[in-house]
Formats: sequence, structure tokens, C-alpha cells
Amino acid sequence: MTDKPGGGPAGSSGGSAAAPPNLGGRGGEAPVRGSRGPLLYSDVIRERWRRPHFRGELPGASAVAEDVNPLCGDRVRLMVALEGDRVATARFVGDSCAICTASADVLAELVVGRSRAEAVRVDTSDVLAVLQADIRPTRMRCVTLPLSVLAMALNGKS
Amino acid sequence: MRLDERTRPDFPILERVVNGHPLVYLDSAASSQRPRTVIEAMGQYYARSHANVHRSIHTLGEEATELYEAARDRVQRFIGAGSREEVVFTRGTTDGLSLLAETLRRTLRAGDEVLITELEHHSNIIPWQLATRDRGAVLKAVPFGDDGTLDLEAFDRLLTRRTRVVAFAHVSNVLGTINPVAEMCARARRVGALSVVDGAQAAPHLPLDMSALDCDFYVFSAHKMLGPTGIGVLYGRRDILESLEPGRGGSEMIKEVWIDRAQWNDLPWRFEPGTPSIAEAVGLTAAIEYLEKLGMERVAEHGRALTRQALEGLRAIPGVKVYGPPATTDRGAVVAFTVAGLHPHDVAALLDAEGIAVRAGHHCAMPLMRRLGVVGTSRASFSVFNSPDEVGHLLAAVAELRTAL
Repeated sequence: MTDKPGGGPAGSSGGSAAAPPNLGGRGGEAPVRGSRGPLLYSDVIRERWRRPHFRGELPGASAVAEDVNPLCGDRVRLMVALEGDRVATARFVGDSCAICTASADVLAELVVGRSRAEAVRVDTSDVLAVLQADIRPTRMRCVTLPLSVLAMALNGKS
Repeated sequence: MRLDERTRPDFPILERVVNGHPLVYLDSAASSQRPRTVIEAMGQYYARSHANVHRSIHTLGEEATELYEAARDRVQRFIGAGSREEVVFTRGTTDGLSLLAETLRRTLRAGDEVLITELEHHSNIIPWQLATRDRGAVLKAVPFGDDGTLDLEAFDRLLTRRTRVVAFAHVSNVLGTINPVAEMCARARRVGALSVVDGAQAAPHLPLDMSALDCDFYVFSAHKMLGPTGIGVLYGRRDILESLEPGRGGSEMIKEVWIDRAQWNDLPWRFEPGTPSIAEAVGLTAAIEYLEKLGMERVAEHGRALTRQALEGLRAIPGVKVYGPPATTDRGAVVAFTVAGLHPHDVAALLDAEGIAVRAGHHCAMPLMRRLGVVGTSRASFSVFNSPDEVGHLLAAVAELRTAL
């Protein structure tokens, strides 16, 4: 009896065999072990974990929120600087796993330049589409924690 | 013959292939696997004998009652309890500790103290938080030192005439620390406090003798000791159980009921409201039979050998940090570790890709994690079916991890 690979996550590229877009990742590195379909640790996740683009403090942020994942104790704080109604920039800090860190980093990138209302509408499938990874249900909270923290920040419940 | 060479064929789950690799199950501290005899005993029970216990005046009811009560006798011998009245079945360790806290809370007054430790699993923290909060009582915790052992001088300082209950783990589920149970229980008794021991991580690995530990209460689960989920044991000293009003009510625990009052049933049923976990009791009997056939001394030695191998091997890998008492100390069969630059959940996921199951996270011990200054750790834990080869696989896989992400 062997494990079947789980179905692709919602928002992943519909079982396409094409290589995921390599967003700034260095090519040629050996994939993380395991021979199942899309990898848990995709190139995007590996790259964002090693060299996150949006990690750091944001002094004078207009909106800040922080939360923990009770499952693993991961903690993420998101800081957003608004210019009028637009997200000028976003940063995150926290103790988090590779998936949660990559999710926060991708999310910060996705919301920059959007209006507050548009930023709140960025959802799990948008982040998963960039991550290009086989996120199993047990790790989905790692993806969604930054999204719920962002909603807290932008809805003023920090 | 090594213990695992004897036991492995008895565990059907070890035939599984996970992510293209033979399963290496190193998560028995969370829940062990079970031998075929346990699975079959429960199947047989459901296929042939099931009925409700105690009040059914028919053949199946009698058989079920006999099997259920035989489990109690088996447990009594296994843990060296003085009488069968001292063995109360629960749904597990968490349930047993909650039952105790709900029962003992009535005896608490404002200003009374309950003493736990910083090593505890949430199951041995939260019930006491709830109990003390409601009664204006105070919850205090004994700290532990950098070597992972309790600060017994602080224990003595914190133990006062106001202390009503002292609750602590026999074996830490994270650090593997084996606490000096008999000594701590004796000190608790000297100030008139009741002792409650969380034996969840001890019962699967150590020979138990309630008369030697001389605790007032001892609680454990079946599912960590090769038995089924959904059943556990609360041992309580008979004179103390006799003196307590039940904290929970329902059928089974009464002799006679009026609308405004009731007469409690005899021990141990006074503390077992509702239909118990009958098939699970049958499974627990089979698990104890299995462990007794192996011999608890040999079980303990096997766990010690694997733990020593894992501790020494992990410590030698650059970037890996292990927690808890040194390998030379007597420890429980768990090893918590972190890998520099990697989150514990990523460690667990990367090991899972190799078919190796370890636990990762806070292990339901957030105050302990805070004290260690980490968000979480990875944890390998061992059982009778684990082999030195499997520990070798773990060590080889962990050695590769630092370049994996």
C-alpha cells in the first residue's frame, strides 16, 4: 500500500506538467526529495525562504497586526504602509516555517500598489498560484496565517 | 534476539511504504502503533461479544462485562495497584487529568495553591488553570534547569502548607526527563498535598509499581502503549477516592437516584459515568499482555538503547541541537532536536519525504518551549518495534537536511 499524492491545491496550475515559473530562483538546484507531482518545497518556496524580499521592520507602518498558528506556534507580524488608500509597501517579521515565510513574502509583494479593498481581496488561491507547491491540508494553515494577519491589519483589528 | 527483531512482524503497519520508502515510525510518544493481537482482540470482541456492560442481563452483556472488568484486573497487576477499586477507566490521559481537576476543584478554597511544573504538557496545565481560576486558588510552577531536570530546591520552596495538589509528569514528553516521582510525592505528602502524576510517557516504557511510587493519583493512556485510542487509566489511592464526591455524573456511577439526590456507586464505578470504552478495554488487555510477554525491563532497556544512539548521533551532526538531560542520564524514549536554519515543521516534512515520521512543533508544551527559547522542536520517539537501523536512517536523513532547503 502506498500513499497517493493528494490532489493539487486549489489555485495550482491544474496539473500542468510545465515547470513552475522560477521567480528569481536559481536554476539547477536539486529538487527537494520525493517523487510526487508538484513539490511541497517548490523553487519559489525555497527561494523566498532563503532570501525573502519583504522581510523586515517597517517603522511608521499605518497598519500592523500579528497572530500565531496554534498548531505549530508560528508567529507572523505584518506591517503595511498606506499612502492614501493605496498600499505603498508591506513588510513582515516572525518565527515561521519555510511555507509560512514564503506565503508572507509573496503576499507582501501581491498587495503593494493595490487599494485597501483590493488588498483584502487577495486570497489563498492567489498566493498558492505563485507558490506553485503541493501544499497538503496539514500545512495549509502555514499559507493562510499571513492572509488572516493581513486582513486583521487592514480591517483595523490589530 | 534484539527486541525489535522479535516484535516487528507483529505490527502490520510497518509493511507500509510512505513516499516511496519503508515507513520509519518515530512518533510513538504522540501515539504508538499496535500489534496484530490488539487489533484482532477488538475485532473479535465486536464480532462476537459486544453489548453494554453491567446492566445487561443476557449472555452478551455478561461476556462484555466480564471482558471489561478483566481489563481492570489486568491493569491493576500491570501497575501494581493495591486493589481493583483503585483502577478507574477514562478516555485517556487528558480526560483523566481533567476528571481529577474537576473532582478536586471542589476541595479548593481561595488562597489554596496547586503546584505544577514548567515541563508539563498542556493537559496537565489547563485543567488546573480552570480549577484554580474558578476557586480563587493560585497556580504555581516549578522551573527546570538547563540540563532539563526540575529545580528541586525551588520545588521545596514552592511547596507550602497552602499547596493542596502537586501535579507533574513522570517523564517529560519533550525533554525525556524522568522526574523523581517517589521523592516528590513524599515531599508533597509531608505538607498535606495530594500528588497527581501524568504517566502518559512512562507507562509505555517503564515498569510501574504504584506502591513503590507511592503517589495519590497516576494517569495514563492506552494509545501510547500499543493499545487503542479512547481509553486511559486513572489510578487513585482507595482511601482518597472513597473520600471524594464525583466530579462528573451520569449512569453507572450511582446506586439509587431521586430527583433531588443520589447515592453514589461503589469504587471504581463511581468515577465512570456513562457507557465506557468497552472494546478499547479489551484492546488494552491485549496490549498489556503483549508488553508483559516482552517484559517491561526489556522494553525499558530497548528504549534506552535507541534513545542513546539517537542522542549521540544527533549531537554529532553540525548545526543540530538536542534538548534535555545528557545521554548518560536515564531518560525517556524521546529526543527533541532542532536543525540550525530550519523550522521544525520543515524538518518533519523533509523527513516525511524519506518515509520517516517525527513530530514537530510545540508538543503541547508551550511554556516549556518558551523556557527553551524556541518556537518548537522536532522530536523522534521510540517504541518496541523500532530498530537501530531506523535510528540510523533518521541520523543519515538529518545529516542531509541543512542543504535541503
